[in-house]
Amino acid sequence: MSATRTLRALPTLLRVGVAETVAYRAEFLVWILTTTLPLVMLGLWTSVAQDGEFKGYSSAAFVAYYLANLIVRNLTGSWVAWQISEEIRLGAMSMRLLRPLHPYVAFAASHLAAVPFRSVVVLPVAVVLLVSSGASALTTEPLQLALIVPSLVLAWIITFNVMFMIGSLGFYVTKTMALLNLYFGLFSLLSGYLLPIPLLPVQIRWFAEWMPFRYMLSAPIELMTVKLDAAAAAWILVAQSGWAIATLVLALVVWNRGVKRFEAVGG
Amino acid sequence: MTRYLRLFVVQMRISVAAGMAYRADFLLEGVMAIAWMALTLLPLFVLYSGRKDVAGWDAPSAMIVIGYFLAVRAVLEGVVSPSFVDLVERIRSGAFDYVLLKPVDAQAIVSASRFEPWKIFDLIGAVVLVIYAFTKIGHPPALADLGLGLVLFVAGVLAMYSLWILCAAASFWVVRLDNLTYLLGAIFDTARWPVQVFRGLWRFVFTFVIPVAVMTTFPAMALLGRLDAATALAVIGGSLGLLVVSRLVWRTAIRSYTSASS
Repeated sequence: MSATRTLRALPTLLRVGVAETVAYRAEFLVWILTTTLPLVMLGLWTSVAQDGEFKGYSSAAFVAYYLANLIVRNLTGSWVAWQISEEIRLGAMSMRLLRPLHPYVAFAASHLAAVPFRSVVVLPVAVVLLVSSGASALTTEPLQLALIVPSLVLAWIITFNVMFMIGSLGFYVTKTMALLNLYFGLFSLLSGYLLPIPLLPVQIRWFAEWMPFRYMLSAPIELMTVKLDAAAAAWILVAQSGWAIATLVLALVVWNRGVKRFEAVGG
Repeated sequence: MTRYLRLFVVQMRISVAAGMAYRADFLLEGVMAIAWMALTLLPLFVLYSGRKDVAGWDAPSAMIVIGYFLAVRAVLEGVVSPSFVDLVERIRSGAFDYVLLKPVDAQAIVSASRFEPWKIFDLIGAVVLVIYAFTKIGHPPALADLGLGLVLFVAGVLAMYSLWILCAAASFWVVRLDNLTYLLGAIFDTARWPVQVFRGLWRFVFTFVIPVAVMTTFPAMALLGRLDAATALAVIGGSLGLLVVSRLVWRTAIRSYTSASS
């Protein structure tokens, strides 16, 4: 399994990914629509903030935060854990293991291919964000603007790695869905998905700083909506890179050890 | 009628037996129920740490809405959702043929084909939460309010069930829509907030289009003695109406079922 061969397969994999997305477009649209939570929280907090600022957050700040949240979540969201655990359960994993290509690359390519479709849904929202809440709650710092895209890419990688790891745990335990629920609970609390991290109670906030979740969602949002000094902005990227590497190693270790005990149910 | 009752009891017994086979889950599910309750309550605490009153709801009464939310969700995840997953799988594999061959109503079978017995923890948690909220308020609910609150809980569960049946009916036409339940789940999640907290379009949508308000806000208002008779009747009527509509759609949908396999 050489690197050049993997590279040569990449365009084809991306094409397959696009075809898959188009084939299951109804399902795909539903997946995108399930990320309505930021919109609901947006409705809640803006009506709360209409009677005055809530702990330093104005109505406009909430609009910017949750719309940025929606954009980041849509661009970086991953469902690879479902795919892996389904393939393990139904035995389709055997086919995948026969191919001369690491499944990590195959899954990543099929996810990457879906990103343009997700952007089509997200872009109109981004425009609404810029028009409605204006520049007041968004950053204009050139450095921060430049860091948004790398931060999004890193957030995508960390999310994908974590989901890949959870999916690979399906080799060890049968109840992957319970694990996913647990993960999503932690994620929505500690990543800033439910509430901006500064609004969390102090003890939980401290915890959130040291977990990877913040760097999966909150980091790009912070770059978009909070005015940071250069050191703080750079630190976010450094921490994201660190977590990207750590989660990659962890995901591959869990996968490699798991594959060895794979018994191939069904056929 | 007794035949259907017996059928439900049998299916319940099979599910409990299956649940007992994984006894370690008992502990896990119990811990998870507590963790989920804490997570559900957290935004409420954050909100009420900065405000005394939001749209006429103080912290204990908003907690009662969450109590109803947890209870309806327990029924949803304990009965409706597992059965729905079963149904989609059967339609996809063609095993639904056998369901249609059975000498009972297909909707009755698919509505209660699988139970998650451990979800009873969530239900207990919901009751404890409501009792706790009433100790905060300082006086128990009047007997009439308690009765109406229970009746509206049933109405809310029926409304939720009808929405899921509508989705189930949709899966006869569009086969790969298993994630529709995730979408409904995401929308149902808004039911944890009193509907008055939302303004304008949101409130309209959550009251009339996707009636999550019917499932939690109005029952909670009834329990608090704040609901007038006209609204209560409208809620009950609306739920029953939705049930009838979902039944009609189901019957239409089932006619266009074209078996997936031999």
